[in-house]
Amino acid sequence: MARSVRSCAPPTAPWHAVRATIRCTPHQGRVDPGRSRTVSTQTLVIEAGRAERHYWRDLWRYRELFAVLAWRDVAVRYKQTVIGLAWVVVQPLASVLVFTIIFGKLAKLPAPAGVPYALMVFAALLPWQLMSSSLTSAAGSLVGNSGLISKVYFPRLIIPVSAVMVCFVDFAVALVVFALLMAWYGLLPPPQVLLLPLFLLLGFAAAIGPGLLIASLNVRYRDFRMLVPFLVQFGMYLSPVAYSSTVVPEQWRTLYYVNPAASVIDGFRWCLLGGEAQVWWPGFGMGCAVTALLLWVGVRQFRRTERNFADMI
Amino acid sequence: MSPPLAISVEGLSKRYLLGHNAPSADRDATLRDGIVHGAKDLARKTRDMLSGRQIVQGDTVEEFWALRNVAFEIPQGSRVGIIGRNGAGKSTLLKLLSRITEPTSGRIAIRGRVASLLEVGTGFHPELSGRENIFLNGAILGMSRREIQAKFDEIVEFAEVNRFLDTPVKRYSSGMYVRLAFAVAAHLESEVLIVDEVLAVGDAQFQAKCLGKMKDVADSGRTVLFVSHNLPSIAALTQTCVHLSGGEVDFIGPTGEAIERYLGAGASAALQYIRPKDAKPSALEVSALTVKTSLPGNIQVNGEQFEVLIDIRAGKRVTRACLSIQIFDAEQCNFVHLWCHDLSFDTANQTAYKVRCVTPRLRLYQGKYRLRVFLDEPPGGVHFETIDGVCPFEVVMGDNSRLFKWWPKECAYIEDAQWTSSAISATVKEEAI
Repeated sequence: MARSVRSCAPPTAPWHAVRATIRCTPHQGRVDPGRSRTVSTQTLVIEAGRAERHYWRDLWRYRELFAVLAWRDVAVRYKQTVIGLAWVVVQPLASVLVFTIIFGKLAKLPAPAGVPYALMVFAALLPWQLMSSSLTSAAGSLVGNSGLISKVYFPRLIIPVSAVMVCFVDFAVALVVFALLMAWYGLLPPPQVLLLPLFLLLGFAAAIGPGLLIASLNVRYRDFRMLVPFLVQFGMYLSPVAYSSTVVPEQWRTLYYVNPAASVIDGFRWCLLGGEAQVWWPGFGMGCAVTALLLWVGVRQFRRTERNFADMI
Repeated sequence: MSPPLAISVEGLSKRYLLGHNAPSADRDATLRDGIVHGAKDLARKTRDMLSGRQIVQGDTVEEFWALRNVAFEIPQGSRVGIIGRNGAGKSTLLKLLSRITEPTSGRIAIRGRVASLLEVGTGFHPELSGRENIFLNGAILGMSRREIQAKFDEIVEFAEVNRFLDTPVKRYSSGMYVRLAFAVAAHLESEVLIVDEVLAVGDAQFQAKCLGKMKDVADSGRTVLFVSHNLPSIAALTQTCVHLSGGEVDFIGPTGEAIERYLGAGASAALQYIRPKDAKPSALEVSALTVKTSLPGNIQVNGEQFEVLIDIRAGKRVTRACLSIQIFDAEQCNFVHLWCHDLSFDTANQTAYKVRCVTPRLRLYQGKYRLRVFLDEPPGGVHFETIDGVCPFEVVMGDNSRLFKWWPKECAYIEDAQWTSSAISATVKEEAI
């Protein structure tokens, strides 16, 4: 039962003798033409199990926080280092070198004609590094930011997505290195390179869907943290990183392309190298469908469990 | 027309699940017991996980209601304190109001933007410099970049860390750290401000600054919700209080009464001096000394009534006595002297007396004080006894009206004065004064 408020007489805030009942009719805040923010006279109602109608609007309101958190992750990485940003260049180059020697020269995996093995591997490593590091960052981001989650309110979706931004910075630098490498080999990218952003978006979506799912499950059941290194390691062999997807036999093709990374990597190779690197469009379609499904499941699970993060983290 | 309600809470409850382990003597005595126990645990956790329930470590699970049916309303622009013992549910209530966690049942309606300060330095990253952390912390608390940029100089000045802005925060002393953290939070602009015990940071000077800033915030028409264990600061800052006890609302009303309910039976204990059994007996002795401050909990508001009650017992026959009381501070400076030099009683008739000394308006400035009591015969006679350093109490400045902040040790007491001014004519005249 609600307590009735006793009346007393402090000079500035008279208490009501009779309790007024509040009817929740959220009315829009007035928009002050001189300022870009609404002057908030809006009433917010918090209730158990109430779907947050204003969630997506909140996400837009907190977009600056998103930028700040992304910037924080990037800035912190190279504090107190000497060569700093140069490490971002060294890592992909080292991977390409190792792959070329081990898989290209020793194991002699075939590369499509006219394309050096190193470039084929690099063109696949670009999206693969992005996807695997995005998945890893997103999956661990909630538990890593537990201090923020338990003390401040903001739409929690911001955390995994901002954690992924660091991977985009790495991707951009690696792309520049790739361009330099292509110039060194004297090759020009084909016209479909303009479609690269589409495949980039697909790769991002393919990583963030499972990332959100694992992140939200990880808050409750910490076992899921162990799952990610497995996924990444097996994923690398199940995706056409070290080899071309043409080596996959016909009867396994459909199953193979359930892995969305396969379509993304094929797409990247097609855009950057052209020539014999082709995209198998039915497989691409399947990859898109799987990505969409994982994204939907991930976001839904995240939104449903979001309210209880602070209690469990 | 009553002011609109800023916060309205109805039937709010929050439940947590606690796990308990079986007593260790019973568990796992043999390997077989250990395996069976482990298997049962696994089965229970899997069952919970599949049905979507929370996993709780332990053998048995108990429900714990941190808040139960809490309801209150807060008008816009008021300053409300929330007090209660540890575990009463204050921090849980603040978390629910800040949308950090969801209620189990009940409803909250809040009008306006909410800024919560549940911890000082939320999101501070030790590797980033002070400047970068100001932007980071400000963004986390909900300020836009433009806002932070506009207030940047104010924030740095408030925190007094100008020289160290570009060093990583991990190199700061703990005092600098909390000053910077509070400085960012102090410049939040929102309609509702919720503060959880973060004023207990820094030295006395800084605490006075923080308290002053909180008062400014409240005076500017914003609603402030303040949780603290520091009763003098609650008394200084708020007019009404909510007293939580065991997860339920015990009392809502004026701060003084709420503090009294909070302290309960212990309220007067600290302010009472009882003569110890082994004290040297004397012809006239003080058997008990009670101080009644204007607010319970040893808190005296400047300018309000202050009372001292002294119980005197006469062992032998005494005709005349002088009683005086000194009030002094932590540095042993005496500030106030109250005396009555013609207490006359014929102790043949009565052996116990109660003396009451009332100061209608105690003008002492804010600070911590104690009493010293002298009981003598008139000069030339016997000194009965001195009771030193008893009944500690604290003076806080009330709601009165001064534009500037109250700094520690700024003056000894507040004096009344009458001010008049008149215009002087433009032609210069020499006047003999």
